[in-house]
Amino acid sequence: MIRVEIAKRDWRIHPPYLHEPYASTIRRAPRRALVPLEPTLSELTGPAFNDDSVRPEDADLTRVPGASGEAIGQRIYVTGRVLEEEGRPVANTLVEVWQANAAGRYFHKADQHEAPLDPNFTGGGRCLTNERGEYRFTSIHPGAYPWRNHHNAWRPSHIHFSLFGTSFISRLVTQMYFPGDPLLPLDPVLGGVPEEGRPLLIARYDHDVTEPGIALGYRFDIVLRGRSQTPMESR
Amino acid sequence: MTPPHRQTPSQTVGPFFGVGLTHASQSVMVDERTEGQRIRIEGTVVDGAGATIEDALVEVWQANAHGRYRHDLDRGPAPIDPHFVGFGRCPTDASGAFHFDTVKPGAIHAGDGRRHAPHLNVTVFARGMLVHAFTRVYFEEDELDADPVLAQVDRDRRATLVARKSRSEAGRVVYRWDIRLQGDQETVFFDA
Repeated sequence: MIRVEIAKRDWRIHPPYLHEPYASTIRRAPRRALVPLEPTLSELTGPAFNDDSVRPEDADLTRVPGASGEAIGQRIYVTGRVLEEEGRPVANTLVEVWQANAAGRYFHKADQHEAPLDPNFTGGGRCLTNERGEYRFTSIHPGAYPWRNHHNAWRPSHIHFSLFGTSFISRLVTQMYFPGDPLLPLDPVLGGVPEEGRPLLIARYDHDVTEPGIALGYRFDIVLRGRSQTPMESR
Repeated sequence: MTPPHRQTPSQTVGPFFGVGLTHASQSVMVDERTEGQRIRIEGTVVDGAGATIEDALVEVWQANAHGRYRHDLDRGPAPIDPHFVGFGRCPTDASGAFHFDTVKPGAIHAGDGRRHAPHLNVTVFARGMLVHAFTRVYFEEDELDADPVLAQVDRDRRATLVARKSRSEAGRVVYRWDIRLQGDQETVFFDA
């Protein structure tokens, strides 16, 4: 028999539920203390998506199936590794992304920002990590967009990421930001993260990922809660 | 001790997750060959002012009708059902409602010798939630007092984790279970 343990969620680096500068948290943040739960089989297991339903073209956001054109915008590659805290790569795990177009508009009926939609860009993509835990997307640099959180509020350019990892409690939804963006210090969503954690959400420009004449390259590694396995004497 | 890599911090799913979280989007988790009692779990997600939340995302993970998770760590002896995965994903609609059509899971033998009453594991995401919430939903007709996780929850809050039968229709039992992010009846959320 094997005993599996998973590291606790590190609350020194994750945002709290309540962060008043981000106004929507005020009515949506759970207020009662979380109940500690020692992970059992229910928490240590989780869904796997290593099937045939993820296609290579799903990782290219610059082209829409069935359309002949290409998305407008500064073409980028976004790549990185998905790791556990101890450095072990997370292979064959589903990575889902979504983002605004180059004008800062989402292909979503609830987005009423008066910026143009791009017929060649929906902004959703997915891929599975390889055996080394690596993922890679082709996309365009997303635009900043206004929102109503406070006066003159603009979200910095970002790409949303969703990951599963090996268990239901390693689930992570986060956002990747771009280096040098002047909106970063003003953003209450990123600002909800404790200061030491914020740099972990900012991609690094990587000239080795950049491809001559094609696209700028960014590197963004993602770290999920660590897991350890120790053999137990059978009883 | 700090491990060599720090966990990547969580961020909100935002209001536009429908652009990306479409794959594996399934509120119907069964097909005609799946074994077990058909059930529907339906409810709404509600904020601290009692308003329904139209841009939340609810995900579930559960064992099959025999109590077996489809995962390497679950080594039986209950059988795998080849026609059931156990993952569901449902965005709330304009009225804050979600539902899952699934089978009632079996009780779980957790490996430590303890038996967990039938339950689904649930994550809740929404605009305004910088970190998702994690909880469980049980069924009112089961023996819940012996469940080792419910035993850690204050007795007067346990009802927030229990689905109630609301009706039977077309060969399935429909359960009601609401998720309240705040307030007197705030759902119990776990730090697992």
